[in-house]
Amino acid sequence: MELFAQQVLNGLVTGSVYSLVALGLTLIYGTMQVPNFAHGHLYMLGAYLSYTLVTTAGLHYWAAMAVAVVALAVVGAALERLIFRPLRHAPHLNSMIAALGVMLFLEAVAQIIWGEEFRHMDSPYAGVVSVAGLLVTEHRLILLGAAALLMVGLLLFLTRTLAGSAIRATAQNAEGALLVGIDTNRVAMTTFAISAALAAVAGSLVAPISLVYPSMGSLVTLKAFAIVVLGGMGSVPGALAGGYLLALAESLGGTYISATYQDLVAFVVLALVFTFKPSGLFKEAA
Amino acid sequence: MTPRVTRAAPLAALAVALALPLVVPNEYYVQILTQGYVFAISACGLNVILGFAGQLSLAHAGFFGIGAYTVALLATKVGIAFWAGLPAGIALSAVFGFAIGSICLRSKGHYFAIFTLAVGLIIHLVIQKWESLTHGHIGVIGIPGPGAIGPLTFDSGIARSYLALAALVLTLVATSRLLRSPVGRTLMAVRESEPLAAAVGLDVMAAKRMAFTVSAALAGLAGGLYAGFIGFLGPEASNVEVTFNTLLYVMVGGIGSLSGPVAGTFIVYGLSQVLQVLQEYQMVIFGLALVLLILFMPSGLAGAFRRSSPQALKPSSPGRGK
Repeated sequence: MELFAQQVLNGLVTGSVYSLVALGLTLIYGTMQVPNFAHGHLYMLGAYLSYTLVTTAGLHYWAAMAVAVVALAVVGAALERLIFRPLRHAPHLNSMIAALGVMLFLEAVAQIIWGEEFRHMDSPYAGVVSVAGLLVTEHRLILLGAAALLMVGLLLFLTRTLAGSAIRATAQNAEGALLVGIDTNRVAMTTFAISAALAAVAGSLVAPISLVYPSMGSLVTLKAFAIVVLGGMGSVPGALAGGYLLALAESLGGTYISATYQDLVAFVVLALVFTFKPSGLFKEAA
Repeated sequence: MTPRVTRAAPLAALAVALALPLVVPNEYYVQILTQGYVFAISACGLNVILGFAGQLSLAHAGFFGIGAYTVALLATKVGIAFWAGLPAGIALSAVFGFAIGSICLRSKGHYFAIFTLAVGLIIHLVIQKWESLTHGHIGVIGIPGPGAIGPLTFDSGIARSYLALAALVLTLVATSRLLRSPVGRTLMAVRESEPLAAAVGLDVMAAKRMAFTVSAALAGLAGGLYAGFIGFLGPEASNVEVTFNTLLYVMVGGIGSLSGPVAGTFIVYGLSQVLQVLQEYQMVIFGLALVLLILFMPSGLAGAFRRSSPQALKPSSPGRGK
C-alpha cells in the first residue's frame, strides 16, 4: 500500500511536468495547427538556462527560473515570427519539417554549449518532509504546488482575459477570429511565447530532481504528443488530465508490470489510440 | 536542358559513378562512396512515401533497422548467407511496411507523422531492449559480407561499391517505373489533393499503402546492405535520428524528384564526412539547413533546376494538398 501511494505521488510529480509541456504543445497546435516537434527541446533549453544561472551565475533558484522563462518566451516568439509565420500558408508538410529542423538545431546548440555529459543541479529545498507517512522531498512538493498554480493561472488567463479569449477564438476558427478584428498574427506570437515559457517552467522545475542533458527533450516531446492525442489536439483540459494520467500509468506500470518497457507505455498508448481512432480520441477542439 | 540532354544526363551520371571508385585516392573514399549509395537507396525509399505521396513517415529508420537486423541475425544465428538474408530482409520490411501502413495511413496529415514517429520509436526500442534476440546495446558483430556469385567476388571495397551502385540503379529504375505507373499517377493526385483524388474514384488507400510498402522495402534493402558491408550492427542504426538524416538528404536534393534524393545524399553525407573536423557543429549546420531549405527552397536542388528546365515529369513541391 505504501509502495502504491509512493508511486502515485511520483506519478503526480512527473504528471505535473508532462501536463505543463503538453499544455504548450496543445496551445500551439490549437492556434496554429503546427505539431511542434521542437517543443521538448524548449523544455531542455529552459532546464539548461536555470542550471547555468544557478550554478555559474549564482542566481537564486526562482530568479534563475524567471530569467529562463523570459528568455524562452523570446525564443518562442522569434520562432513564430521567423519560421512558422512565413510557413502558415505553405503545405502542412513544410511546417512539420521546419519544426524537425529547429529540434535538431537546438539539440546541437545545447551540445556545443554544455557538452554531452549529464548535469545535475541542487534544489534550495533539499529537505525531506513526511506527508501522511510518505517521505517526500520539499522540492517535489513545491513542484506539485507551483505547477498546479500555474495551470490554474493559465486557465484563468484563457477564460477571463481578452488576450486569452483571443487565443481561444483563433483556435476555434482562425478566419472567424480575423473577421471580428483579432490580430491572429499577434495571437500566434503570444501563444508561441506562452508555450515556450511553460516549457521553461517545466524544465526548470524538473532540473533539480532529474538530470539535464541535450537530448532530454526528445522523449518528453513524444510523450507530450501522446498526451495531446489522448486528450484531443488543441484541448487544454485534455492536456492537463492526459499528462497526469500518462505519468500515473507509467509509474504504476513501471512498478507492477515492467520497468524495462516503462518508456514504451506512451508510444503504445498513442499507437493504440490511432489504431482504433485514426484522428485521435476527440475531435480537434479548443 | 533540351529533352536530349535530359535523356543523356542519367547515362552521364552513371558513367561518372562507374569511373569514380577507380579514380578516388584510397579505400577510405571507396567506403564513403559505398555508404553514400546505401543511404541514397534509403533516401529514395523515403522519397516514395514523402515525395510521391506527400506523407511524412517518421518510421523510416525502423524499416532500415528491420532489414539490417534480419540480414545480421539470419547470418550470425542461423547461418543463412547474405544473398538469402537480403531478400528475406527486404521481404520482412515490406511485410511490416504493409501491415503498419494499413494502420497508420488511416490517420492523415499531422496525425500520420506523429503516429509513424511513435511506431519508429517502438521499433527502435524493441530492437534495443530485446536483448535475447538482438544483443541490445552490444549489437551484432561479425556479420559476414556478400559471398561470391560465380566468378564475381565482393571482398574488395571496390567490388562492394559497384554492388551498392547496382542496387541504387535498380532502385531508381523501380521507383521511376512506379512513378509512371497508374499507382504513381494516383499518388501524385493524392499529394495534390487527397479529397479530390478520392472524389474522382481513385483508390487512395491502396495507392498510399503501396507507396508505404515500397518505401519500407527500400529501407530494408538499404539496411540489409548496410549490415553486410559494415559487418557490425547496433540499435542506433534504427534510431529516429537516422530518419531525420534521411529526411535532410531528401529535402536537400529535392522532394518528389527521382534523382534528387541521390544528389542530396551525396552532398549532405559527403559534406558530413569532409566536415568530420567540425563534427560537433555538423548538426547545427544541418538543422539550420533544414529550416532554411523549407523556408526558401522547399523543392530542393531539383526544384531549382526544374524552374529553368521544363520536364516531362514535373512533380510539384511537397504536399500541396490540404
